[in-house]
Amino acid sequence: MSITPTSNNSGSKVRVATVWLSGCSGCHMSFLDQDERIVDLAKKIQVVYGPLVDAKDFPENIAVTLIEGSVANVEQLELLKEIRGKTHVLISLGDCAVTGNVTALRNSWENSDQVVLERAYKSPENLQATVPNMVPKLLIKTKPLHEIVKIDFYIPGCPPSADLINYVLTELLAGKTPNMEGKAKYG
Amino acid sequence: MNLNDIQRVAEEENEFQRAYKYRINVCCSSGCVPFGAFKVLKAFEDAVKEFGVENICKVARTGCVGTCSVGPAVLVDPGEYLYQSVTPENVREIVQSHIVSGVPVKKYLYVNESYFRKQQRLVLRNAGKIDPTRIQDYISTGGYFALAKCLLIMTPQGVIQEIVSSGLRGRGGAGFPVGQKWSLVARASNTPKYIVANLDEGDPGVFANRTLAEADPHAIIEGMIIAGYAIGAQKGYVYIRSEYPLAIEALQKAIAQAKEINLLGDNILGTQHKFDLELRFGAGAFVAGEETAILMSVEGRRAQPRPRPPYPANQGLWNNPTLIQNVESLANAPFIILNGGTWFKSFGLPNCTGTKCFSLTGEINNPGLIEVPMGITLREIIYDIGGGIPNGKKFKAVLVGGPSGGCLPESVLEAQIDYDSLKSVGAIMGSGGIVVLNEDSCMVDTARYFTDFCIEESCGKCTPCRAGLARVKEIFDKITTGEGELNNIDILEEASEYIINASLCGLGQTAPNPILTTLRYFREEYLEHIVNKKCKAGVCFRHENGGGK
Amino acid sequence: MTEISVVSLKIDGVQVSVPEGTTILKAAKDNGILIPTLCDLEGLTPYGGCRLCLVEVTGSPKLFTACTTQVNPGMEVTTNSVRLKNYRKMAVQLLMSERVHMCAVCVANDHCELQALANQLGVDHVSFERHFTRETIDSSHDFLVIDRNRCILCTRCIRVCDKIEGVHTLDLKQRSKDTEVIMDLDESWGDSCSCTGCRKCAKVCPVGAIYIEGESATQTKHRDVAEFITERRKRK
Repeated sequence: MSITPTSNNSGSKVRVATVWLSGCSGCHMSFLDQDERIVDLAKKIQVVYGPLVDAKDFPENIAVTLIEGSVANVEQLELLKEIRGKTHVLISLGDCAVTGNVTALRNSWENSDQVVLERAYKSPENLQATVPNMVPKLLIKTKPLHEIVKIDFYIPGCPPSADLINYVLTELLAGKTPNMEGKAKYG
Repeated sequence: MNLNDIQRVAEEENEFQRAYKYRINVCCSSGCVPFGAFKVLKAFEDAVKEFGVENICKVARTGCVGTCSVGPAVLVDPGEYLYQSVTPENVREIVQSHIVSGVPVKKYLYVNESYFRKQQRLVLRNAGKIDPTRIQDYISTGGYFALAKCLLIMTPQGVIQEIVSSGLRGRGGAGFPVGQKWSLVARASNTPKYIVANLDEGDPGVFANRTLAEADPHAIIEGMIIAGYAIGAQKGYVYIRSEYPLAIEALQKAIAQAKEINLLGDNILGTQHKFDLELRFGAGAFVAGEETAILMSVEGRRAQPRPRPPYPANQGLWNNPTLIQNVESLANAPFIILNGGTWFKSFGLPNCTGTKCFSLTGEINNPGLIEVPMGITLREIIYDIGGGIPNGKKFKAVLVGGPSGGCLPESVLEAQIDYDSLKSVGAIMGSGGIVVLNEDSCMVDTARYFTDFCIEESCGKCTPCRAGLARVKEIFDKITTGEGELNNIDILEEASEYIINASLCGLGQTAPNPILTTLRYFREEYLEHIVNKKCKAGVCFRHENGGGK
Repeated sequence: MTEISVVSLKIDGVQVSVPEGTTILKAAKDNGILIPTLCDLEGLTPYGGCRLCLVEVTGSPKLFTACTTQVNPGMEVTTNSVRLKNYRKMAVQLLMSERVHMCAVCVANDHCELQALANQLGVDHVSFERHFTRETIDSSHDFLVIDRNRCILCTRCIRVCDKIEGVHTLDLKQRSKDTEVIMDLDESWGDSCSCTGCRKCAKVCPVGAIYIEGESATQTKHRDVAEFITERRKRK
């Protein structure tokens, strides 16, 4: 699978998006940990959507999207499906996206959506509190991305290694298919 | 006791039986007891006294006749008149008319002649005809003569040679040549050697071994002593499920009787041969019937299989050479010895000799225990012996070989009963279970059901069987609740192939058979469930969510 | 000394000679061919449960566990065909999906054989739905803890307890996916009267199921303890 630059207000640069679902943002930190290599990367890509980009809606026609975090609520579920429709290469970034990781530990409980909210907002030391109603409706189970949409590449790790993120992006930009054997590492 | 004594017992018993003009055999095996067989037996005993015919009519408690759906079954000799569904209330009528006046009571007679016509009763030749609680009954039919022939005339090698020449293959399911197995254990150098008779029949709907043990326990015992002589073992275990109380009782009695007249113990029939027999009880695990798990269980450990090699023939019980044989295979030995391997070869097919017992159940007119020659077709079993499908329903599939057998459609009903042809259509001989399904059965649900059984019964030792089957079942849960996706079929096939090839024992290696055969013969039903979210048989999608748990 | 006969065989096309009675696994290892394993551990009785070490033997349609199968003269063994690689990936995926295996929050992170295998075999995701079990965690012992959610049922702990320590505190109960490692007659670990607290179970556990409270896996894990003691005992 390869990607090509697309012309859509971004000149000859490849349009890339990064997404932060249920995760701790550590994967994005790892992305930044590419350090000076980011400078080279920036010559070839333009990040058109992400936590650091001021864009409300997910744009059309994205070459590569890296998603951090699992899918825990209905809002994220819809967004993920939308992203899949608008993205050429979808990368599951980090353990939460690949396995569910910490965010999925609640799955051990039945009706974990209720259990987790009550534990968070109505714990014994805070009896008066109520569950806020602006929280998007939680899914009964937190799911890794590939249980919902097709994923093209997986970069597990908590956090995923900056080297591996760089390797995958560089390969893709060079029109090659990254070989993941022996490179990915959980935890 | 020596040969002369045995002959004397047989003659006396025959004379004793000849004194009676009639013999009423009341089936008192597990199939008929719940219908009140013991009450019927008592009623017959009372009735012959009441009518004063106890001198010409012998009432005997026997094992299974085979017509388990119409119990209690009563067989009246001479003439083999079979009465069905006899109740204590109509016993007097039968005795008065049949015994006193000599006119069989037509309205109570079993009418399905075809049920017996295509059967060939070798292993079950005594079932329903002799009293399993009396060793004299067994001896009078030629019982223990084969043992005498072995001990007095034949060498151990000769015995093995006779079994080899008979072409008998293991009846436990895998079909390994029995003679070859015996000679492997005979050749092993370590001593002591052991025999384990496998009576851990755990498949749902299978009761052939139970019936054999209830009806003719001495045939198993004689087979074991012969095998012991052939391979040089002096100790045998019968591994039997504790869920078979009648069979246990029958075997316990039979062992005690055999010990009493020195057919078990030291100096059997006055020769140097020693053999002792013990029962070992299973605690209810299906997997304990697997040949290495059975060894663990007999040793008193957790019934978990272990990889082979080393094979039990070299390292079995307590690491000593051990012969593990299904009781049906062992019960074949006495009459092969008596009549010769060549005679035995006249039954069945040239490359698959003899007969096989099957438990015929499901949506069929004449369910019961049957014994058929190898080579009979499934169609003959279902339509000629089984009498077809009741209530005008259509045949849909037949599950051959128990929970890990194959679901076969109409189109392969011409398949013959033998190890290789069954394998070629995706089924196995297994423990001898035949379950017939009609059009009301959903094949996806059927595969799910049997996968469920195998999950429950997996010992949990190896990854493919323990974790693999559980994942497969989740896919079934999705398909049967409307959440199925087209790639589910690929995953099912891929996972099944893995489970078959990578599992440790026969349980895992055959567990995906129902999945693969339903995918092979009924793929359109899977597609219907996945694409149209429909179940033609109306079995699936009944629960709103999380159904089919 | 009795003469040990030597068996010649081919492993992955390489001609090797090993003493009679050697397992395929050992024969391969001694000749630089590593076959992945999880339940097997040198010094313990081979178990053959994890099915990772399955190998092909020319002439047989069946696969054999390298850890339990002894070499035969003239044997031709394949340890890394495409099929075997796929099967190993499948086994790792099944193990990872079976209970809660979340490396980031596990005490054995970076000291876990399952994690290492997943990385090595390129299992970058699990295609089966993961299971989030709620098996019991027993921390009643002074310092030993078992988190059964992380257990892969390899029974190394049971075998080391039985064969090396010689007390057989640990064993299995139930069957199928409900199989669980228990102490004595299913008592809590703190109440076990046979446990000597030798820690060998924690040392050999390939994952983070048995660990020592307040101790890092770096300190705890000492997986050659069984082999070490077995070798020492031979010197007696």
